[in-house]
Amino acid sequence: MFNITPQDVEDLAIGAAILGTGGGGDPYMGKLMVLQALERGRTVTLVDPRDVDEDSFVVSSAFMGTPITMIEKLPSGLEGVKALESLEGYFGRRADYLTPAESGGLNSTIPLYVAGIAGRPVIDGDGMGRAFPELQMVTFHLYGVKATPMSLADEKGNGVILDTIDNFWAEKIARSVTIRMGGWASIALYPMSGSQLKRSIVGNTITKAMGIGRSIREAKAVGKNPIDAVLDFTGGFELFEGKITDVSRWIVSGFAKGEVTIDGLNDYRGRKLNIQFQNENLVAMIDGSPAASVPDLITVLDMETAEPITTERLKYGFRVVVIGIPCDVKWRNEEALRLVGPRYFGYDIDYSPIETLMEGRG
Amino acid sequence: MTKYRVGIDVGSTNTDAVVIDEKGGLIHAVKTPTTADVTTGVTRALTSVVEGSGVSRDEITAVMYGTTHGLNSIVERKGLMKVGVLRIGLPASSSIEPMMDWSSDLREGIGDVKVMVRGGHEYNGDEISQLDEEAIGRAAELFLDSGVESVAIASVFSPVRDDHERRAAEIIGDVMGDIPISLSSTIGSIGFLERENATILNAAIVGVMRRSISAVRRTMEDLDLASARLFLAQNDGTVMSAEQAERYPIFTVAAAVSNSVRGAHVLTGLSDAIVVDMGGTTTNIGVLERGFPRESSSAVYIGDVRTSFMMPDFISIGVAGGSMVRKVDGSITVGPESVGYRLTSLGIAWGGDVVTATDVALALGIMVVDDPDCDPDLARSRVSGEVAEGAYGYIVSRIEEGIDKVKTRPDPMSVVLVGGGSAMLPEELKGASEVMRPEGAQSANAIGAATALVGATVERAYSYEQVSRGRALEDAKKVAKGRAIAAGAEPSSVEVVMVEEVSMPYLPGNTVKVRVKAAGRAFM
Repeated sequence: MFNITPQDVEDLAIGAAILGTGGGGDPYMGKLMVLQALERGRTVTLVDPRDVDEDSFVVSSAFMGTPITMIEKLPSGLEGVKALESLEGYFGRRADYLTPAESGGLNSTIPLYVAGIAGRPVIDGDGMGRAFPELQMVTFHLYGVKATPMSLADEKGNGVILDTIDNFWAEKIARSVTIRMGGWASIALYPMSGSQLKRSIVGNTITKAMGIGRSIREAKAVGKNPIDAVLDFTGGFELFEGKITDVSRWIVSGFAKGEVTIDGLNDYRGRKLNIQFQNENLVAMIDGSPAASVPDLITVLDMETAEPITTERLKYGFRVVVIGIPCDVKWRNEEALRLVGPRYFGYDIDYSPIETLMEGRG
Repeated sequence: MTKYRVGIDVGSTNTDAVVIDEKGGLIHAVKTPTTADVTTGVTRALTSVVEGSGVSRDEITAVMYGTTHGLNSIVERKGLMKVGVLRIGLPASSSIEPMMDWSSDLREGIGDVKVMVRGGHEYNGDEISQLDEEAIGRAAELFLDSGVESVAIASVFSPVRDDHERRAAEIIGDVMGDIPISLSSTIGSIGFLERENATILNAAIVGVMRRSISAVRRTMEDLDLASARLFLAQNDGTVMSAEQAERYPIFTVAAAVSNSVRGAHVLTGLSDAIVVDMGGTTTNIGVLERGFPRESSSAVYIGDVRTSFMMPDFISIGVAGGSMVRKVDGSITVGPESVGYRLTSLGIAWGGDVVTATDVALALGIMVVDDPDCDPDLARSRVSGEVAEGAYGYIVSRIEEGIDKVKTRPDPMSVVLVGGGSAMLPEELKGASEVMRPEGAQSANAIGAATALVGATVERAYSYEQVSRGRALEDAKKVAKGRAIAAGAEPSSVEVVMVEEVSMPYLPGNTVKVRVKAAGRAFM
């Protein structure tokens, strides 16, 4: 258990952008919110999930909606507490802990803010170990935890309690409520016991994201290669190095899909890497053979600065290193792959763990 | 009577000035060292170009001025006004206070006075809450008591609906009287913090811009340029009247880049090209697209502040005429350190002892410098062939890399070389279909300013579910034309020169960003 510092928040934002695999929303706004809360004297306490009592009551906290409305209509800072308290009212029980649902992107930081304002400890872990676009794509779901009863709240003070037959319906109905609330809402969901949390969580991912940020910062300070530092810290792999030569995008039912082609440089000269993305990077192929696929993490980094490049910012001419990081083992079974594997996103390939694919490349 | 125009462009090393005739023909050009205060160099350049041109004073109808005063004052935190920041949007947005991630010296440099009130809109134009006029009145009193000199107002989703910002400006004007007020809806687009930041910076540099303008006006009076109107070069490649520039000084911060890109267009007649502007300290590589500088679509940091508004898309490389050549661990590098305007005293060819990029080009016989004090033999004898070739290879490869970085597709494009240092660049470059270095290239920036149209670029957001596409485009065009006329364009000559629609994925209501540029002839 420890209280986070402003430097931890800076590191977290950088690490969360890498775990965001090109999507997940910019952690920048969440970073500023947490920094502002610390500046106003709030404390954010991070707790290891192993230290949680079996019979404690845990609620997940997140923002849901369209990132572009979030960056224009910034949070009041109270909607997260409102969503939490509504759900607590429904259960007649105070939550002992909040837990993040995502450790990649914006939602890695939001629960820390809500926890700081509401005065609850927050779990060092999440339901993904990365970022995903839909509400049911969490390990909590895999372990039979229901997303509902869940609550949504906006900055104006409106609140909605949702009770659905399954987590897919929760996704659909909650999504439409966020639109009426002005494009996004704060949500409290996946109410669960401490024992459910311990079984289903991807543990220590918030400190992992902080560690990624810290290793980049420390590598830069001593003039070492920051990308090597990320790979060392995460046990990840360098998939490719090259120059972006083509980016195409299309919008299908509100989702921004696309692909990027990267021509190899240095050790990869003469080869091509193609990444398919939908918000996040999903499938990477080198010369037609899979190099990595979802749920493993694929992140595109600026070759010089190691800064992660979001799918929105991919552009011709960028010199990049593409890295792959193994996903949590909870994602590596048939049921999980039906939920978040390449076929769920419409790609006609089978998932192979990145370690196996790297071995195959020799 | 022939009409002439003067163009002035302040660079980091040199201040350029030209006189052109009404067909754009170059009459006279001067280059003087940029001074630390900028103004002294500008006065010198303006005086020297007018006197040297032999043109009759009453035939000079316009002075087009591109200055770095605004940018410098932000970067150096000097001469900034005390700003009262009014944010409209509560209960939304209070989790992050205005200027929260600014460095403290800049925030304190402008007074750190801020108030947040209820109001603002949703993406579809609905009110978040009713505008709290009483709270705005109280904010105005606070600003008055705190000695605020300039006010910045930002309201949530004001690019969709700006009425709360306009009403707030009325209330503040009633209390504070004649005080400069900057509205975020006139500065930037969707992306609240970046737009608010740009608006606050705009408010902070109003005073600097006024002083810069009055200094030029004084010089114009001293030179007896009674018939000349003063215009300021802006980021989008057009100019605006001095009066308009005093309201929107932030639009001048990247004018130097845009002036060169426009100058390349005027000198070559090309509408699409990559423009490499090599000065003394840096080389800026920008893109000419349909006759104007291509606009940047991402956040831009100005003096460490994250902003987003109309800026040209360019990259800056620390390799230019005055860049110092170094040998570290056996490999030769050039820049980013530069001798700047001291090239003519410190460079080898001028009898100094610093090997610069210019000395390298002279030693290789690639470049000729028209200066009696410059002795290429000194460079030839004192810079070894190995160093010269290594350094030159480095320079060319950095420029080629930069050309590739600003492209959006791999096809070769025309490359136009401009700026004082560009004479050293080769006639063939990787990624270029052709390399041109037009006559007048060393003064392209000042020529770009002198020949600029008067114009404006506006960006608004519309929900096509609320407003039909046709009406939205008409509205945006009307606003842009109105702004071009306010900038000093002759109304009958104003044309819409660019319309861009950017749909915003995931934004409900089919909301689209519409960007319109309008421009016309200077009204004389």
